Amino acid sequence: MSESVLLALNIGWGTTLAIKTVVVLAFIPAAALILGYTFLLKMMSHMQSRLGPMDPGGFHGWFQLVGDGIKFMQKEDLMPAEADRRVFALAPAVIVISTFLVFVVIPAGPRIVVQPLDVGVFYALAVSSLSVIGVLMAGWASANKYALLGALRAAAQLIAYELPLVLAVVGVVVQAGTMNLQGIVLAQQGGHIFGWGGIGNPYILTQFVGFGLFMVASQAELTQPPFDMPVAESELVAGYMVEYTGFRFLFFFIGEFGTAFAFAALAATLFLGGWAIPGVHGTTADVLGPIVLFAKVMFVAFLMFWARFTYPRFREDQLQALAWKWLIPIALVNILATGVLKVWVK
Amino acid sequence: MKVDPRLPTPGGIPEVDIDPMLYRHLAGAAVNVELDTGDMILNLGPQHPATHGTLRLVVRLDGERVIAADPIIGYMHRGYEKLVEYRTYPQITTLINRIDWLSSFANEVPFIFAAEQLMGIEAPPRARYIRTMLTELSRIATFLLFLGEMGLQVGAITPAFYGFRDREYALNLIEAVTGGRFHPNFNRIGGVKDDLPWGWINDCRQSMKKVLDSCDDFENLVAGNPIFEQRTRSIGIVPRELGAAYGVSGSNLRSSGVDWDLRRDGDPYGLVYDELDWKVWTHPDGDSFARYWVRLQETRESARMVLQMLDALPSGPIMAKVPRIIKVPEGEVWVNCENPLGEMGYYIFSKGATGPFRVKIRSASFSNVSILPWLLRGAYVPDVITILASLYFILGDIDR
Repeated sequence: MSESVLLALNIGWGTTLAIKTVVVLAFIPAAALILGYTFLLKMMSHMQSRLGPMDPGGFHGWFQLVGDGIKFMQKEDLMPAEADRRVFALAPAVIVISTFLVFVVIPAGPRIVVQPLDVGVFYALAVSSLSVIGVLMAGWASANKYALLGALRAAAQLIAYELPLVLAVVGVVVQAGTMNLQGIVLAQQGGHIFGWGGIGNPYILTQFVGFGLFMVASQAELTQPPFDMPVAESELVAGYMVEYTGFRFLFFFIGEFGTAFAFAALAATLFLGGWAIPGVHGTTADVLGPIVLFAKVMFVAFLMFWARFTYPRFREDQLQALAWKWLIPIALVNILATGVLKVWVK
Repeated sequence: MKVDPRLPTPGGIPEVDIDPMLYRHLAGAAVNVELDTGDMILNLGPQHPATHGTLRLVVRLDGERVIAADPIIGYMHRGYEKLVEYRTYPQITTLINRIDWLSSFANEVPFIFAAEQLMGIEAPPRARYIRTMLTELSRIATFLLFLGEMGLQVGAITPAFYGFRDREYALNLIEAVTGGRFHPNFNRIGGVKDDLPWGWINDCRQSMKKVLDSCDDFENLVAGNPIFEQRTRSIGIVPRELGAAYGVSGSNLRSSGVDWDLRRDGDPYGLVYDELDWKVWTHPDGDSFARYWVRLQETRESARMVLQMLDALPSGPIMAKVPRIIKVPEGEVWVNCENPLGEMGYYIFSKGATGPFRVKIRSASFSNVSILPWLLRGAYVPDVITILASLYFILGDIDR
């Protein structure tokens, strides 16, 4: 997908854009389905001794996801009489678009990246927080008190956890000296651990505090347990999604799992070395890169979903306290320490 | 210290209210109409996942803070007190084990015992042991469900599935003896219908060990979880005098520090609790966590009691000599017992027919939820859910 390949094939600018859009658009549902199938259906069933999702279709319940899809298609498209119709219809799209925009900058190989940006990290974190607008739109337009409560909780939470998310990444940016995601991967690949460059220098070794903060904050950004107050199904039923049915609900579902994949990919790129394999460059890396990245993404997603299935949820004030009193001060200290060490060690 | 909670507290119910100064800003805000946000009235239920049934809770909210909460009951009223007047005593057990459907067997025993008392019959020892064992098994079944359900209401899905899974240990045992998982209808006046099946004692012993293991699991997964503690500690505190004044009973009252258990302190209603070595658990705090913790310990205690009874099970008949057509002589009797949910009682008034003339049923959940308007004031919406879950009521037990 790189510029050089496309230029060599002599494809025009418009066609290039179209191809890129189609690739990313096709990737989001695929990512959501992979995570939904692997973790939501299979891992959860094993962890929780569930029998249902392991049954349909014979082997390991492979048909469950297809059946769920068919179910969503069949549902009637309901819209509350009091709803703000345009906003209500637009909200799921806004959420999916924010996910879509994150995938644009994540590199899967030395030349496999949809659009390399010099402000990649900044851009990815900025567009990922666009989803809060969709959430607020959904909650407000539903004309439902539960949805409104959920949307307001979501807005407060997403804004509070945006800060630790960004601050957690600053350490990586300082260490790599670039905001370009491709540059961060290359910096990790070419790094040295006390002069030994056998496996490069994945930043999880030096930025383990940042990695922990990033995982906690991204869990909150995804509104997953223990931070699922906005959708708390035991009190708000489904929070801001409560009035959505059928295909519109499926959009929220795809948005949720697509974003989970995007955050896992970001964590893998920033802290685990992304697509890089030590000593592999060029075309080989282009072929192996996506596979390596995928494996790392699945590992990070496993951690995310493991926490999701284990913990109860924080109350709104408790999770705000966690963000402002603990995560942000720790992140600031981490940035300071990284900066001092970077200057001092060099 | 033992206190009979039915005695009124000196000075009546203490009136605890939200400080009106907290809402002083609203008085000034009324000048500017745009700033006066007003309160929001939120309707929790009758169809709401947290009310596990058809309890309706009308909540007045300021932001996420509850100003007033009104429980509205009666959506599930089935008129059992009237229905039993048209049935014979053996038929009535079919109805009353649907009052608290999660521990049906425990509902049957006191009713049958009340009828036995009027007739002057005593069940043979083996029948009394079987009744006690099945009562404790149904307590285990309903508490294991609570231990998981509470996790679900606090936001962890996993314990709920563990609760449903582990409850099967007790339900399978009940099914093996009675043939019914939920509605055994197994008690007869003068004893029980059948003896224990072959191999049941061995199965029961193994299952009780699994129950003890799963209690450890719940202690580690839920009660030991820091987030769970944060969500339940000092939330929904029931002061002991106030709880007693409202008629809160059972584990809910014991977790407010009142050492009072009808199995030990009351008439043993024909069961064998006085022959067993067991302990009444209390917790001084009275909050949601205390209610969870006390039920966790009581599940363990019940499993240990069943193990003891398996060792001490006497041989002999399972039915006393009873006439073919059961006619209960004239008279009236009140039997109250320790149901898993709290104090349950039957007042039977008999005029000598094959069925009772009038029956009054005192069900535990009805009194337990009566404290909700007091308890929910000033709580946050998420805490409303945990308080509801920790009080652990069954809608059939509220509405009868």
